[in-house]
Order: sequence, then C-alpha cells, then structure tokens
Amino acid sequence: MPVRADSLRGLRAFQRLVKAAVTRPLAPGYRMQHRWSDGRPMASVAAEFIKPNDRLTSFARLEIYNRMYWFRIIDSLYEDAPGLRAALGERKFSRLAVAYLTKHPSRSFTLRNLAFHLEEFIRAEPRWTAPRTALAREIARFEWAQTVAFDEAARPVVTPADFARANPARLRLGLQPYLSLLVLEHPVDRYVLAVKKRDTLRAEASHATTSARPAPRIRSVPLPRRERTWVAVHRLDNMLYYKRLEAPAFKILTALREGATLDRAVAAAGRGVTPEQVQAWFALWTQLGWLCRRK
Amino acid sequence: MPANAFNGRTDYGIGIGLRVPHYGHILEQKPVVDWFEIISENFMCGGGRPLEVLDRILEQYRVVQHGVSLYFGSTEKPDREHLKRLKALVKRTQTPWLSDHLCWGSVDGTYTHDLLPMPYTRAAAKRTAAKIRHVRDSLEVPICVENVSSYAEFHASEMTEWEFLSEVVEQADCGILLDVNNIYVSSKNHDFNPYDYLNGVPHHRVGQMHIAGHTKFEKYLLDTHDHPVLDPVWQLYAHATRLCGVTATLLEWDDRIPSFNEVHDEALKANRFIAEAKTARKQTTAHARAR
Repeated sequence: MPVRADSLRGLRAFQRLVKAAVTRPLAPGYRMQHRWSDGRPMASVAAEFIKPNDRLTSFARLEIYNRMYWFRIIDSLYEDAPGLRAALGERKFSRLAVAYLTKHPSRSFTLRNLAFHLEEFIRAEPRWTAPRTALAREIARFEWAQTVAFDEAARPVVTPADFARANPARLRLGLQPYLSLLVLEHPVDRYVLAVKKRDTLRAEASHATTSARPAPRIRSVPLPRRERTWVAVHRLDNMLYYKRLEAPAFKILTALREGATLDRAVAAAGRGVTPEQVQAWFALWTQLGWLCRRK
Repeated sequence: MPANAFNGRTDYGIGIGLRVPHYGHILEQKPVVDWFEIISENFMCGGGRPLEVLDRILEQYRVVQHGVSLYFGSTEKPDREHLKRLKALVKRTQTPWLSDHLCWGSVDGTYTHDLLPMPYTRAAAKRTAAKIRHVRDSLEVPICVENVSSYAEFHASEMTEWEFLSEVVEQADCGILLDVNNIYVSSKNHDFNPYDYLNGVPHHRVGQMHIAGHTKFEKYLLDTHDHPVLDPVWQLYAHATRLCGVTATLLEWDDRIPSFNEVHDEALKANRFIAEAKTARKQTTAHARAR
C-alpha cells in the first residue's frame, strides 16, 4: 500500500520511513540490504513509496541514497581519524565506523561533530577494536581534541596585570575552550604526527607515479609502546599544536580547569616544584594565550 | 528583475564558491571576483582558522551565505542553537540574502547530511512554507530556497516539482535560488522537460542562480559538482536568464577542485549568455516601443 504524506502526521511518518531506509547499514559489497527490518523483501518495501522508471527500479533508486549516506559519513569520519585508521587497519576501521555510526547517528547540523562519541563507543563496545582497545580509545580522544582545537571559541586572555592585582587565594582562572589536556598511556601525539607525515609522503609518491623512477616504498608507522605522557592539544595563530607537559604542570592546569583558586591549583602540583618553575610555566601559558577569564 | 526583495535589492554579478584549496590564492593574490558564496555550516564555529579566513575575505569581498542543513522540508521545528549560530554569522557577513535547499534531511533530531527530495504534497508545501517564514523572521534576512537534484520520485506526490516549488515560495513569500544544473539532472532522471520547469516557476521571485557540472552514469545523472558546466545546462541558463533577467549567478565546484583561475574562468563563461539575454531583452523592448 503506497505511503501517504498528505497531512503533517503523514509527512512525519513518511520521513521516518525514508530516513530509516536511507540510513540502514549496507550489505557486503556496499549494496543495499535485500531484506527490510521485518523480513520483507526490500524491493517491495521500496516500491511502496518510490516510483520506478524505465531504467531504475524503486530498489535501485533508493539504493542511490542509501549508498550516498554511508559513503558521505564514513568519508567524513575517515578524514577526521587518520591515526585510528592507521592503528586498526582500513578494514577494521571500516567495521568500527559502521557500528559506531549506526549506534550514534549524527545529531548535529555539522559533520564536524561526528566523532564526538567515538571514544565512549570504543570503551562501551571493545570488540570492534580488540586487542588494541586501550590505544584506540586514546587515539580517538586525541583526534577529537584536534577537532576542538581547530575551531572552538577563544575567550579573552588574562594579562600579567590581571595577576598583579589579584589575590591568589581568590583568583580563579579559566582555560581556553579550544585547549584539551590529555593524560595518555601511549605517546599518541608522536604516533599521529608520524602517521600524518607518512600519509603526506604517500600522497606525494602517488603524484609522482608518472615519473620513470619507481615510487619509494613507504613503511607503515610502528604502533606506540606504553609510556605515560601529558599532552596539551591547542592552537596558536590558528595553527594546531601538541605540547608535552610535565606532570606537575598538567596537574596545575587541570585544577584551574576544574575551578580551583590560583593558590590551590599551584598546590595541586605537589612537592618538589620550585616557585621559579611555576612562574616559568605561567609565563609560557600566558604567552600561548591558554589562560582566560572564567565565564 | 535582478535586484529584488529576495536578494536584498542587490545587483550582484558572477560569483564562485569559497573553497579551502583556494584560500591561499585568494588571500595572497586578491583576484577580482564579484562575490563569494560560503557554506554557512563551515563557519558556524566558535573561532580558529575558519573565522580568521572569513574575516580576511570579508575585508575585501562581498559574501553571500548558502546553507545545507536548515532542512526547510523536515517536519521538526528549527533548532534554536542552530538559528542562534546562523544569526551570529549573518551579522558577521552582512549577507544580503541567505539560501538553503527545498528538501528535508533530519528526523527526530538525527541528521542524514543529505538533501532528500520532498514528497510534493499540499501538506508538505504548507509545513515547509511555515518553516521558511519562521527562519526568515528569526534571522531577519531574505531567504531564497534552492531546488535540489533528485534520484527518486515518490508515489505520495500530488504535483510536479515546479508546482511544489511555486506553491512553497508563494506561501512563504520568499525567493528562489534557481539551480539550473539541478533542474537538468532531475529532468533526465525523471523524464520531464526542463524548459517546462523553467517556464513554470514565478520568475519575479528568482533572487539567485546556480550553475555546476554533473556526472553521467549509465542509468542516471549525479549532481557531483566536479566538472565544468555542460552545454545543455548553459542553454538552460540562457533561457532562465531571458525569463528572469540578469540574476546573481554562482558556479559550484566542490570536488576535484581545479585551480582558482580555472574555476573563475568557467564561471565567467556565464557572461556570454548574460550578454545574449540583455540583447534579446533590448530587442524585445525596442519592438514593443515600435508598435
């Protein structure tokens, strides 16, 4: 029976049905599944709402949209996650992407936010990334931090004068929204950087395929070994940067982000940190524009 | 007819889409371009390089906003946060008009990121027009809606696509972004005469036109924006210009993007058809006076 859209309620039901069909995971070979969720042949379900023409069946017309949906969102995730792709391999990454996007379809007007729940998903469903789940989670966090650093808002920075006239027992500083602080069990920053360099080299090599010389063999990047690292992912002059931090510096910044007063944040660094070190860190963070007024 | 209420009474010429691979060329060489069209969603962020580039472009050029996610045809209400961000961008760019598509793509808060065709029903037209009015009143800027390319037709439809477009824009009292490439692609996919489409829309509401390239597959055409404009599309454009008057025109080139100059030269080919349309119009006026 044809699906109607001649009332607001009908239109809503119509759009729910079409959306469910368009976003349904593809079958192997990147084709549309041949059975609908209730077991009916997909060809007869498609024929209920899509007209065929003399070249394409209803099924084939719906399949164009079904394939475009998956190609578009997987491509988007693919571009945002070069490190995760390299660590898992293309096939495994593809399976993870489909599982993730099925459970977490986009809820944002922009594809920029597509990977927002990826780390949480990897933690909840480790079977897609095993035996590299711990590493995959860290890379997903790191790559999301890059998205944030790229275009998140900046707030007015604090100046040395703000420090000079403030009482450290009362002063609470904010950190820029685009700055992410990550404690990692693997040096993911260096790994992702190496993967990007390799990808650039591969692209250069493919541009050079017309040359008489054979393209150089480009080795894959070895997976990082365990090594605890403290990293800030940020931007400066609108360029992305990763900065390694010492553990006490990381603790101070974390305490500031959590709302501690300046003197309590400094105390969070623990013993063994000299006032000169703390001064040098704050001078650098001020220069980098990381410190801002709290909202 | 070029300057009308639907394009903020402006008289823009031929523009091109602002795309990342051309940023360096534009910022360094400062080429002469009448205007740029930006994809709103790419700049609805808090800061960073996108907004830095946009601000530098705005110092030199006129910019018009084009969106891909308002989904006028989706039944749900526009998202408040979305409109808030869009309004902030409208203030920043001072866009004289804003365009988005006559399509749907979100349901119950989830997004397909596709431009899905509407079922052409009176109920859908009424709902879509109400949503366009809501967005226009919120953003306080004229709205033009763009016809999309499509690969499917629905049994539920009660009228042709151009009748639906006309019904929506009349009810919403908004403008049309007439995409002649999309008309051509859909005409081939659905076996209608693209000239019937052009003749059937309210010409006085056309505030902007789009031209683009597409890809031919064995059984259908796909709107890929990765080629120069094909000749039948130029012919349609010439006809549209004769009907609507010389209208702000933009070339879309979004994939396999060649050099800036190649894209701009392709866009400027529209001048030939604009000149022909102007001559034809002058001749018509002269004939009318002679009578």
